[in-house]
Amino acid sequence: MTDVLLIAARAVLVWIFPLSLLPLVIWFERKGAAFIQDRTGPNRAAILGVRLGGIVHSLADVVKLVTKEDIVPAHVNRVFYTAAPMVGMAVSLLTMAVVPLADTLVIAGREIPLQVSTLNAGVLYLLAVTSFGVYAIILAGWASNSKYSLLGGIRASAQVISYELTLGLSIVGIIMIFGTFDLNEIARAQSGTLLGFLPRWGVFLQPVGFLLFLTSAFAETNRNPFDLPEGESEIIGYHVEYSSMKFALFFMAEYANMIVSAAITTTLFFGGWQVPYLSTQDLIARAGTLVPVSFGALAAASVGGIVLSRRYARALSRVYVDLRAREADIYTAVFVLLLAGAAGGLAFLGDLPEWGPPVFALVAQLGCFLVKVLFFTFLFVWVRWTLPRFRYDQLMRLGWKGMIPVALANVVVTGFVLYFLESRR
Amino acid sequence: MNPAIKPTTRDAKAAPPGAQPTTPLAALAGKKIPRPTSPSVGRSIYIVEVVKGLLITIRHLVRNVFHQSRMPTLAYPEIRRRLGERFRGRHRLMKREDGTPKCVACMCCETACPADCISIVAAEHPDPAIEKYAVRFDLNIMRCVFCGLCVEACPVDAIRMDTGKYELADESRDRLVYDIEFLLNR
Repeated sequence: MTDVLLIAARAVLVWIFPLSLLPLVIWFERKGAAFIQDRTGPNRAAILGVRLGGIVHSLADVVKLVTKEDIVPAHVNRVFYTAAPMVGMAVSLLTMAVVPLADTLVIAGREIPLQVSTLNAGVLYLLAVTSFGVYAIILAGWASNSKYSLLGGIRASAQVISYELTLGLSIVGIIMIFGTFDLNEIARAQSGTLLGFLPRWGVFLQPVGFLLFLTSAFAETNRNPFDLPEGESEIIGYHVEYSSMKFALFFMAEYANMIVSAAITTTLFFGGWQVPYLSTQDLIARAGTLVPVSFGALAAASVGGIVLSRRYARALSRVYVDLRAREADIYTAVFVLLLAGAAGGLAFLGDLPEWGPPVFALVAQLGCFLVKVLFFTFLFVWVRWTLPRFRYDQLMRLGWKGMIPVALANVVVTGFVLYFLESRR
Repeated sequence: MNPAIKPTTRDAKAAPPGAQPTTPLAALAGKKIPRPTSPSVGRSIYIVEVVKGLLITIRHLVRNVFHQSRMPTLAYPEIRRRLGERFRGRHRLMKREDGTPKCVACMCCETACPADCISIVAAEHPDPAIEKYAVRFDLNIMRCVFCGLCVEACPVDAIRMDTGKYELADESRDRLVYDIEFLLNR
């Protein structure tokens, strides 16, 4: 019974991970775009004066999109038209199933992996499931029975198929170095250091592979500079015939895809859940010193938060006279609570219980993974508001004549280097 | 060659060195735009250029995060841009010291108005020292182009545009034709 519950809990955790990050990533997109373009971005929607710097706008959007009229044009193929957005969302969530959020938790003699499935062919599963993503786009384009949607769908399928090759080939180097398909094993193999100071992450072992992977991940998620299938700003894409929540589902699928791609990039090239310089064993063994240190860091961070929120309060009181002027007080209260919690933790911290060190390692690794994933989702946003879109022929030329040869060469070179290193040993 | 048209320095640059600029037309046609050459290897693998671009955008982002007050955007209804002293906002009609309207219904503003938005109905003033007064003074703000010619035209300084009001939207057209009461008192 506990086993079944644990599996369910794991599944829910892995599901919640991308879904709960969604509003945050959409906020990244809006606020990042605004700040890059010297605008302020969304800052109006509020719940009792609390605006969270605009995150509440995502909530307002959800309410708007759910309550909007759902128009199904008369000329569409209803079955596939309805299925397409669901497929899109389902695929991006399915991909998360093999991504480890932290190292296997060993507690009370029980091993709990922090992924839905400890598949030993995880990388293959990834490649297989991500290539399903294009079905959503093609289905949407075709079932809409409109030439604009169809053109968008065709652009998408050509692009995704072209870049999938590079995506697969760029991972080969990583697989050769670490010698496994299991994503948790790959993450675990990235502990330790290179040349004494660099974390032994995939990106330092496979820089070319990383660049290729990242580029094709942009193309696979249909993000700028490869957002021709969608072209939400100018050229019309596969979802012109969609409205209300069906459209929102495509929109959400794009952002969920971003999060998942960021998670995969992190796992393969940035050490996954690895805390830099501290392996799981180190974390567990030195938990006695690391726990107080992290409580102290939390306390310091909350003091910083209090200072910043006071500064924000002064800025707000110059502008607003209504509830919003009091907004920063709430943040200050939250930081004070955090500070109290951290101080209390420090004060009453005796000897750690037996379950303490593994749980501490879990929390540290989850946090580290989260930070890395958020950085990569931010990178997606950052690149989008920096680079212009590729023309279609440029896109194809880059994919087929640029990236695939480089990816193949990377595989060959990696093979030779590994062979010589092996033979010299 | 027409001596009135002198070749500018730009024309002279475009012409081959030493050659006399012949006609203006030839001088205009002389600027040659080079065909785009294929980019260098460094440029065609994009990475350096992409990083340069990313650095530019992140500079903007960081600056705006830490110096939000320096951003040109204003939190509009709460914070407003300071108007210039000569800003032409909604009109108002001035009063004499005894509270009667200054307007003598001379029709100067109505005549001067290029948008034809003022219409005045004049009547004889009971005070023999003043010739006329405005029975009706209707100003259709929907037609007004805010040129300020009515203010310039007024001989008695009865109409001004110094209220600084510019949020003039309303829910019905009728209320956007201001009558004398409105213009005098608000």
